[in-house]
Amino acid sequence: MEFKFEGRLKTASMVLMVIGVIALVGGFITDSSDHHQRWWANLLVNGFFYFAIALGALFFYALQYAAEVGWSAYIKRFFEAMYAYIPYGAAVILIVLLAGQFHAHHLYHWMDHTLYHEFMVVGSDGATTYSDTKEAGAVLNPNYDHIIANKSAYLGGWFFWLRTIVYIATFVIFARLFRKWSLQEDEVGGTKIHFMMYRRSALFLVFFAVFSSTLSWDWLMSIDTHWFSTLYGWYVFSGMWVGCMIFALVSLLYLRTKGYFQELNDSHVHDLAKWMFAISMLWAYLWFSQFMLIWYSNIPEEVTYFTQRIFTDYKVPFFIMFFINFAVPFYVMIARDAKRNPRFILPVAFLIFVGHFVDTYLLVIPGTMFDHNEFGFMEVGMFLGFLGLFVYVTFNALSKAPLIAKNHPFLQESQELHH
Amino acid sequence: MQKEAAIREPLILGDKSYKDITDDVVGPIEGPAPRTWKLLITIAGLVAFYGVGCILYLIGTGIGVWGLNKTVGWAWDITNFVWWVGIGHAGTLISAVLLLFRQKWRMAINRSAEAMTIFAVIMAAIFPGIHMGRIWCAYWVFPLPNQFGSLWVNFNSPLLWDVFAISTYFSVSLVFWYIGLIPDFATIRDRMVKPLPKKIYGILAFGWSGRAKNWTRFEEVSLVLAGIATPLVFSVHSIVSMDFATSVIPGWHTTIFPPYFVSGAVFSGFAMVQTLLLIMRKAMNLENYIHVRHVEYMNIVIIVTGSIVGVAYLTELFISWYSGVEYESYAFINRFSGPYSWSYWIMMTCNVISPQLFWVKKWRRSLTFTFVLSIVVNIGMWFERYVIIVTSIHRDYNPSSWGEFHATSIDIGIFVGTIGIFSTLFLLFARFFPVLALNELKSILKSSGENFKKLHHTDNH
Repeated sequence: MEFKFEGRLKTASMVLMVIGVIALVGGFITDSSDHHQRWWANLLVNGFFYFAIALGALFFYALQYAAEVGWSAYIKRFFEAMYAYIPYGAAVILIVLLAGQFHAHHLYHWMDHTLYHEFMVVGSDGATTYSDTKEAGAVLNPNYDHIIANKSAYLGGWFFWLRTIVYIATFVIFARLFRKWSLQEDEVGGTKIHFMMYRRSALFLVFFAVFSSTLSWDWLMSIDTHWFSTLYGWYVFSGMWVGCMIFALVSLLYLRTKGYFQELNDSHVHDLAKWMFAISMLWAYLWFSQFMLIWYSNIPEEVTYFTQRIFTDYKVPFFIMFFINFAVPFYVMIARDAKRNPRFILPVAFLIFVGHFVDTYLLVIPGTMFDHNEFGFMEVGMFLGFLGLFVYVTFNALSKAPLIAKNHPFLQESQELHH
Repeated sequence: MQKEAAIREPLILGDKSYKDITDDVVGPIEGPAPRTWKLLITIAGLVAFYGVGCILYLIGTGIGVWGLNKTVGWAWDITNFVWWVGIGHAGTLISAVLLLFRQKWRMAINRSAEAMTIFAVIMAAIFPGIHMGRIWCAYWVFPLPNQFGSLWVNFNSPLLWDVFAISTYFSVSLVFWYIGLIPDFATIRDRMVKPLPKKIYGILAFGWSGRAKNWTRFEEVSLVLAGIATPLVFSVHSIVSMDFATSVIPGWHTTIFPPYFVSGAVFSGFAMVQTLLLIMRKAMNLENYIHVRHVEYMNIVIIVTGSIVGVAYLTELFISWYSGVEYESYAFINRFSGPYSWSYWIMMTCNVISPQLFWVKKWRRSLTFTFVLSIVVNIGMWFERYVIIVTSIHRDYNPSSWGEFHATSIDIGIFVGTIGIFSTLFLLFARFFPVLALNELKSILKSSGENFKKLHHTDNH
């Protein structure tokens, strides 16, 4: 059976994209912050949030192979469709990073090359040259930041760009190969391709284990350039994962009402909802671990990150976000019957989807907009616009291949799932 | 009954029937004790006896008999504590988390892994107890009213959270383990001929009748307990890590500690399960139930958790440099190049490099190789705690108070002694308890037994 991408869903995704374009254009024009900082910051939030969901899908997909999971074989095509968004998300992130490198905005303070040199020489023509040693006529560089200068090997220079390109290339290549092999299996059958994907998935997970941490340091943690937290990467990773589970669960429930995935039974829904529940708890555990340890120790080089979020106007969204992403799924979804019932699943899923968007928003905005942030149509419009793009890309990719991977060795196990 | 995919390897080998499973598991309990068992328990008992002697000497004399000094105020005691708690993680992970993940292979190993968990947690609890100096005041760790002579406990202290976390973990693990044992005790009761053992197993079986109602309740309570036990797998070692991470000592205070300790705990726990089970399956002829596939699965868990630990080590190392904090960087430079660098490199080799060898399929399916590596991993995990604890505090902010730690014979005696006590308890378990969850195993015989899988296969084609 093939999925046809048409009708109300297609129209809705296009309407959302139009709203997004209006928000992008209108937002850029009306954004009065220096260098359109607010616009760029929101582009990064949305670029990363949806990229992370697609990456979460690729991770989950590889995990299913590496762990020899049976129950999910029936719905694996949906995850393939979700990770089709990876190149689009990566493109948005690349645009933001490139613009930063060319100083179109100032999201990444460390991209300012004047920070790295202790001395400067102001020539007679007014041109400034920077140097690390005290030359004749050199004066102290007031911009010099010894903490950031210490990080120059990692942040300032080619190494950052090499990493960024390697991450994106790795994800794009693995995503394309998995999809290719998966479609091949439909044609030829047998178990050879399955076992190959089993091995390649394990390999992918090795790359992912390292890159998921380092990319979140590079693209997000470095915004608060002085600050550091060893847990940060794993915390961002749990957010990726839960975003992927929410989107997959809601979409599959929708597709079932439209006559697709008719064999998706309560047990599948239960399993997906268990993942959404469990990873929400994992996320809350990591959020709490990071917050509590920094709050408890209260040392200046770390605690600044949270004072910037708690003793400012960000306080209210910061704590409401945690409450929604932890307490709501915990209390509503803990019961077995709730995990099998769309009437419980859908409201929670919509709420925590927005909740995790706010989480990403709060990773970026306080360190880029400080205490003069604004929230308006641009933020909402961009969120909806990128949602439209994500839906469009996903469902368009879904329509390009049979919905069921008919030669998957675990397909029968998955179809007969009942617990 | 759900049909299993043909590509899954069978979990029970040979042409087994329900009765064969009962015979294979209960048989060794009914017969006389084998000579090797007697020999092993004698050795383990003697080591345990020596350990108890060292503990009594410590209590009688004071904790000055350990090698602690004013700079290194925590060393082997807390290292051993964390090591044993870590080992005690595999059991509940196998019985609870793998139950929720519907991993059938856990049924061959959960019983003994849970037993190991309980004994390991008891060993762990010894160390903070004897470290108190005045063990007769040990009950002061509980929040008792002041009339009992204690001061109200400090709820801000992670050491107190530890008391709650570990006692909760111990109680839930014990209940979980015992609930699982009930139907198997009943099976033994029904087979026993001698009146006294029959009576004892009858009491232990809590009047189990094997009716459908019993089984429904059994399954329900197992799932509920698994739900309760799963967060405990995380909470216990997270809180143990907070004993260190809430402080402001460079090398201790880092946010990755909670999840990284949990992963390390599962890593060492599985290694200990391998060590014990590889001996047990041979000694008790359980090769058809715990076979290469089970060992391979556990080795995969070891690769995953070992790699997570490896990523965490490198993250810490990297961030100590990236932070630009002088003390933080020094703590790590001192780790890999200071006077204790030998222990750092032992840790790195055993925990990060050695599990990667299991990527080779031939090696992770080799029982001898697995056995050796499981011991290597546990050595590595002991050194991990030693590195974290001793190297972080032996050079503090004030160079005039820098010092080193040297273990005394009592340090060593107590540690070795706990291994003796642990082994004694495990040997007693292996002799008198059903070491496999035989009734649970029967539930997968038709879907995952070799003979039945063959039958399905010929039916289809």
